[in-house]
Amino acid sequence: MNLQIVMLLGQDGITNGAIYALLALSILLVFTVTRILLIPQGEFVAFAALTMAAMQGGTPVRLGWLLLALSAAALVMDSHAAWRRDGRIAVRRGPALGLAYAAGLTALTTLLPLADAGVALQALVTMALIVPLGLALYRVFYQPIAAAHPLVLLIVSIAVHVVLVGVGLLMFGPEGARTEPFSDGGLRLGMVMLNSQTIWVVAVSLALILGLYLFFERSLYGKALRAAAVNRLGAELVGISPELAGKASFALAALIGSLSGILIAPITTIYYDSGFIISLKGFVGAIIGGLASYPVAALGALLIGQAESFSTFWASSYKEVIVFTLILPVLVWRSLSHHGAEDEE
Amino acid sequence: MKPGVLSKTPAARPTVSMPRLSPSGWILLALLPVLAVAPLVLPTYQVTLANNIGIFALATLGLVLLTGVAGMTSFGQAAFIGVSAYATAYLATVSAADLPGPLAWMAGSPLAGLAVGLVLTLAIATVLGAVTLRLSGHYLPLGTIAWGLSLFYLFGNLEFLGGHTGLSGIPALNLFGIALDNAETLFYLIWAILLLAVVATLNLLDSRVGRAIRALRGGQRMSESMGVDSFRAKMTAFLVAALYAGLAGWLYAYTQRFVSPAPFSLQAGIDFLFMALIGGVGQVWGAVIGAASVTFAKQWLQDLLPHLLGRTGNFEAIVFGLLIVLLMQRLPGGIAGWIAKAFERRRRPTGVADSLELPTAEPLPRRPMPQKGEVVLEAKGVTRRFGGLVANRDISFTVRAGEILAVIGPNGAGKSTLFNQLSCVDHPTSGEILFRGERIDGRTARAMAGAGLSRSFQHVKLLPTMSVLENVAIGAHLRGSKGVAAAALRLDRTEEARLLDEARRQLVRVGLGQYLHVEAGSLALGQQRILEIARALCADPCLLLLDEPAAGLRFLEKQALAELLVKLRSEGMAILLVEHDMDFVMGLVDRVYVMEFGERIAEGPPETIQTNPAVLEAYLGGVE
Repeated sequence: MNLQIVMLLGQDGITNGAIYALLALSILLVFTVTRILLIPQGEFVAFAALTMAAMQGGTPVRLGWLLLALSAAALVMDSHAAWRRDGRIAVRRGPALGLAYAAGLTALTTLLPLADAGVALQALVTMALIVPLGLALYRVFYQPIAAAHPLVLLIVSIAVHVVLVGVGLLMFGPEGARTEPFSDGGLRLGMVMLNSQTIWVVAVSLALILGLYLFFERSLYGKALRAAAVNRLGAELVGISPELAGKASFALAALIGSLSGILIAPITTIYYDSGFIISLKGFVGAIIGGLASYPVAALGALLIGQAESFSTFWASSYKEVIVFTLILPVLVWRSLSHHGAEDEE
Repeated sequence: MKPGVLSKTPAARPTVSMPRLSPSGWILLALLPVLAVAPLVLPTYQVTLANNIGIFALATLGLVLLTGVAGMTSFGQAAFIGVSAYATAYLATVSAADLPGPLAWMAGSPLAGLAVGLVLTLAIATVLGAVTLRLSGHYLPLGTIAWGLSLFYLFGNLEFLGGHTGLSGIPALNLFGIALDNAETLFYLIWAILLLAVVATLNLLDSRVGRAIRALRGGQRMSESMGVDSFRAKMTAFLVAALYAGLAGWLYAYTQRFVSPAPFSLQAGIDFLFMALIGGVGQVWGAVIGAASVTFAKQWLQDLLPHLLGRTGNFEAIVFGLLIVLLMQRLPGGIAGWIAKAFERRRRPTGVADSLELPTAEPLPRRPMPQKGEVVLEAKGVTRRFGGLVANRDISFTVRAGEILAVIGPNGAGKSTLFNQLSCVDHPTSGEILFRGERIDGRTARAMAGAGLSRSFQHVKLLPTMSVLENVAIGAHLRGSKGVAAAALRLDRTEEARLLDEARRQLVRVGLGQYLHVEAGSLALGQQRILEIARALCADPCLLLLDEPAAGLRFLEKQALAELLVKLRSEGMAILLVEHDMDFVMGLVDRVYVMEFGERIAEGPPETIQTNPAVLEAYLGGVE
């Protein structure tokens, strides 16, 4: 192994690690606000990548139909809840607008010639599809049991993941896809050739992290979400709706997931079920951060990226084994520094 | 006679009931003849299906114990099956020459395969459990997901295990000269093992270890302070689940006679969880119901969906996933839970009894009580700081055997902080706490339970769905010693009878003797507090720490409680209570320790405290 290979692997590791770090942050965000381990995080990634690929390949974009179905379900559940509460069926504006939006977007993605729209517009459309998808997922699957035992939330997460993978196969088929890079060429730094997509990934990740930082530090909604993460009941008592907090965190998770998918699609071939393995590496990062610390989780995810990249070189077929075994020492260390039994909510 | 008639006229109920068969006993009795004839009348295809269901149900049974009873969850069941199946397959197909000399006899031996498979499974489960079970509940599922995936890739890449193609050519199972070479004979083996496992699980749950496992869900802090090692109880449940998976893996290898990585993937691990949830994780029989209904539904969907969707693929996963979401939102008890509820509604379980059940077993041995007047508990200069706040400053007092000390003080005086330190839930910043002359600050609550310190909680902590008797029996946990194997094989009955008798005795003593078999959650708050005292007494303590025992009690109940405490005092018990109810305290205790703002303001017999100016100032805002 010479320096060039080291640089090449390191660059690969940074690219993947940056994506894992984004996912780890989003997993942590959702977990601290809602106590939900967002196992379906990976599906946002895969769906975004495959939707981009579908647009570029000129095949039909079917993601709108899923959004439409979920929005319709949300509307029905909302009306049902209103009926049980007030004894009459009332359609609230939010879910109705959601359904209209989903219908409109589905029509647009079906009718418009998106193949020639350019990467930027395609990415925009993809995010416009996936962010409301996150919202709708929370409304339909999690909101009715938001107060349940964490174990129940975890089980529902797994179930939603299984459903989405199945639907993914239905929408995108079993073939993998890769999209065009955002730009050609690269940047030569001394003896190292930086891949243009690497630069894109790192730049967008940094921008997103900065944006999240500003959102949580400066904006009222960001502060409300942080409050909900620190103390759910306390936040509710000062008027922060847990529904809003849940939906906002899911929308953010979907945004981060779809961006990750768009970024990773030109680097790796993505299949309908690739999201899980990718997001699981984000989970490993989150576990390294103790499901609590954002910076440690991001650093952990970067480390996973490097470990993965170098193990590809040394023991390619054992890559996943090595990466997932890495959590063992972390867990050992956490167990040793942990005391006493506590009841969970 | 219909049971409904009896329950309307409780006086007519016989005082000694006939030994009745439990619902599980009835199910077994009904199931046995069906299983005996099934392979004789069913076509081979159906028998093979039933074999698969049996194997799946065995693995699912482990999840019922883990998820439904202990409140943990694991996606590693399929991977455990895989470890055992691969170990079995490898030893069944390897030639003796390929094994190192001393191990050569293992080649081709099914029992060696079983032993190695189980040992490997349990070893891996021990490591996984050791690193995840002390942490919060999310680490076990995440850990098992990671390990399930790793193992799948490992199976696929190891040359000697046949890589992705797997190992084939496993010879037919031959046990002690009996050839089990077709679906029909294997059927008997599989279902015999499954039923034995079901019975063993039922036995386990109805035992000392079983109570510890059942207390994991929502009662860990309470059971720890009664001396239960929660980590050990979690490990026990996890290992039993892994053991069932290991058995299932061995059966799988000899049923399929071929192993490959695919059936042991994470997806399969998720499927097992779905079987447990659909069947109903709260009931042992849910495992069988779940395995059967998922297997049948899967077959049906695999025929139906490709027609519907015009494509083939793993689309039944969509249906199962949605079903699980619906179940979690609407019917968390699964099918078995739903059936059990429907039955319960029809025949209400025995409620309040009209006569007391008398203890019959030999009483448990008791620890030597300290001499009356001996110092049992001593606080020496106990100070507890939280950052800049001093919650307790320089607290010193003693409690002697045969004495009741009350700690009183206005809200915010630091009584609860003090109580937590005395019961070893929290530890002093400086100062010492001595119990029978030994320093205990820094020890765990669990260690102190064994030493003879027993407590109640300010906010009642009990297991609402367990019976009053079982709740109280948790208090006697450390007075028994029988483990998992003894419980599963029913070798613990003498000890169990003595433990339950002790619980019965204490319940009769505190006046709850009529409520032995009532769900603890249905008692009134005052009765629940009394239950906590009975539970504490079950541990045979020499020091009782009671946190507001009279709160929520009615006048007569308070009187009864005071009588009980007086009686305990006369037997030489040392009692410390934190209380707000002045009437209750003043007529009962020997000495009062008064706190305000974390400091002592007075100490002495009730009469002098009642006229102490500092106390009056603290409570009434000063004497004009």
